[in-house]
Amino acid sequence: MTSSAEIRVPADEITVAKRIDASIAVVGNPNSGKSTLFNRLTGLKQRIGNYPGVTVEKHIGLLKTDDKVVELVDLPGTHSLSAHSLEEQIAVDVIFGRMAGTKTPDGVLAVLDATNLYQGLFLVQQLVELELPTVVALTMNDAAEKSGIQVDTAELSALLGVPVYPVVATTGAGLDMLRHALAGIIELTPPRRVRIWPQLTAAAERLAQDSRAPLRFAELERLLIDGPTASNQLIVGKLSDVARSQIEAVRAELFEDEPPIARDARIRYTWVREVLGKVQKSAPVYVTWRSKVTDFLNRPVPGTIGLFFVMAIVFQAVFAWATPVMDAIDAASSSLSGVVFERLGDTAFSSLIADGIIAGVGSVVVFLPQILILFLFIILLEDSGYLARAAYLMDRLMRSVGLSGQSIIPMISSFACAVPGIMATRVIPNRRDRIATIMAAPFMTCSARLPVYALLIAAFVPATKVGFLNLQGLVLMGLYLFGIVMGILTALIMRKTALRGPKPPFALMLPEFRRPNLQTVAIQLLGRAKVFLKRAGTVIFAVAVVVWSLAYFPRADDLPADLDPNTASALQMEQSWLGRAGKVVEPVFEPLGWDWRVSSAVIASFPAREVVIAVLGTVYAVGDDADEGTLSGRLKSATRPDGSKVFTLPMVIGLLIFYACCLQCAATLAIIRRETNSWRWPIFAWTYMTTIGYIGALLAFQLGSA
Amino acid sequence: MAINGSTLATLKRGQRGVIRAINSADPQVQRLMVLGLVEGTEVEHASSAIGGDPMEFRLFGCGISLRLEHARHFKVAPVGAGD
Repeated sequence: MTSSAEIRVPADEITVAKRIDASIAVVGNPNSGKSTLFNRLTGLKQRIGNYPGVTVEKHIGLLKTDDKVVELVDLPGTHSLSAHSLEEQIAVDVIFGRMAGTKTPDGVLAVLDATNLYQGLFLVQQLVELELPTVVALTMNDAAEKSGIQVDTAELSALLGVPVYPVVATTGAGLDMLRHALAGIIELTPPRRVRIWPQLTAAAERLAQDSRAPLRFAELERLLIDGPTASNQLIVGKLSDVARSQIEAVRAELFEDEPPIARDARIRYTWVREVLGKVQKSAPVYVTWRSKVTDFLNRPVPGTIGLFFVMAIVFQAVFAWATPVMDAIDAASSSLSGVVFERLGDTAFSSLIADGIIAGVGSVVVFLPQILILFLFIILLEDSGYLARAAYLMDRLMRSVGLSGQSIIPMISSFACAVPGIMATRVIPNRRDRIATIMAAPFMTCSARLPVYALLIAAFVPATKVGFLNLQGLVLMGLYLFGIVMGILTALIMRKTALRGPKPPFALMLPEFRRPNLQTVAIQLLGRAKVFLKRAGTVIFAVAVVVWSLAYFPRADDLPADLDPNTASALQMEQSWLGRAGKVVEPVFEPLGWDWRVSSAVIASFPAREVVIAVLGTVYAVGDDADEGTLSGRLKSATRPDGSKVFTLPMVIGLLIFYACCLQCAATLAIIRRETNSWRWPIFAWTYMTTIGYIGALLAFQLGSA
Repeated sequence: MAINGSTLATLKRGQRGVIRAINSADPQVQRLMVLGLVEGTEVEHASSAIGGDPMEFRLFGCGISLRLEHARHFKVAPVGAGD
């Protein structure tokens, strides 16, 4: 019996965890060192979630001092409070307290990059107008000083009317002062009203009095500038008709023909230039080793060659580093299966564990090393600023296929695995471009297709010379090119039909190269790995169990006891649900030259393409006790009941085309679901790709056999 | 110096220019203004991708890449001759 005294939790721990003194929005330009600072301030005390209805990640962390706990919300990077993209919109909505499930911030931590005060001050000035308690963190001071930039923080603080704390996030210099300032943020007096645009300020003040609108001054200012945008509808709805027409009248008078956003930029940047003249002491010298590297890679030809070189290193690493680990995983999963049978005997339960769960999950976990290495490189490229440069260099090329430069890294990554490729599409700000890229990415020849290609090409394509080239190599290259062409056509067609829309604005910031922060890289890598295991893992697990049970049940009980094990498992497969399904759908695949065995193997490879090899190995094992080494021999001798060969060259070419197209990959489907936030796109992608694969295989078989 | 005809798109590599007039009707151009390309700001044409499009400009140490079609909307007064 447990007494109540023994299960009590110390009361002070509960209160410390629950009491949060303030919620602070962390706002800054993209690449301002915001996430690195956030990680330094909160360490591992952070939660990663999603904002409702979108795929943008929500990062919340706690900052503790001796007597205070404050919550920091790391918002997506933004250049302005006039949102231009989904991510910027989220930042703005959180700042104004319009985001469901996120508290209205009590204060703002404005992150200002000392090497890019120009764009930084444009945003900080708008943040000051929110009239919330605000603290400015001046980051990248070390880099700025190396470039010859000296910032007068006292003067800057006086001009902005808010405290400015210089910090170096990498070394931790200045962080203690900043922590204490943040802990006591609610005691700060909100900044006084700056009148850099007197007409706008006056108009907003007038509105606040006249309309008796229940709105804050800052909200009215934004409403005057941005007009009734989707995000502003919430507050426009609260206004009376009189107030609404007042706002329209004020806007017409304020701006006449000039677009408000253009006027806003003109006025604020004029102010920023004045401030820069006062606080940025010495003339900046932009020659650093980084700018020299940048300069070299800026030349069109070295830049493009450099990009291919970088990608070659990435691929080399993905395959060279991952192979030993993958072999180890393979060996571990098969020996684990062996142990299961040894300990539990040959029962339905042990088969479920060994052939279903271990083999099914193993067939996907085996790609985890590749996926993680690719994730690591993508994050490093992102954080070092190289990704933006690659997008810039390849923009023209990608534009010719209806996409933009930001699609290049997701597409190239997909040659190793579509999962990290699809997750890397997050850098694409335009939703239509992003989805078109996600639809095109799975056509790139990924490493799961290689074992299928290798088996079929080695067994059925003659190794004859074509000129100085080998026909087998040519077929493999043809399959790669076919995937690229199909992906490009898909993107083009999507962009012209379902994803038709205006060309997205292309204004890419090209940051200087910088050394990625290890903590930030590690946190991102862990985050992506978790998403992959959680999203893909659950789907794969379920699918693996379903496919196993289809192959295992119902049992064939009347097999002779002296039958060799290979024949027994082949006969079992034939009368299992999977074999029966293969026979049911055989008429559908008959025009492709597939018999029921190939059909069942293709169905069974739904979780992962390379599974088709194992299943073919089982179904064609009749009367043969050899091991996997002779799988190609078995396939070569496979015949139909009438004695004709199943695997003819046209049929094999068709099967290769089918696997070049089809989306037999549960992990990719699960990640598309996650990244598009709906089942519509994965279902569409699967249907579309399978249909194309079917048509391709049909044409190859029918034309080739004619 | 005459600014007739000179736009961001006509600046040579390494050449600097001060933005003098912007045709701001296009929302994509407005976006570039939000990033700091406004009248009175001095910019340098830092690089071009293969084929001269897009172009990279530096202003106050930050780099922005623009497509040729947008760069044409920014009239500039060139400073110096460039290389």
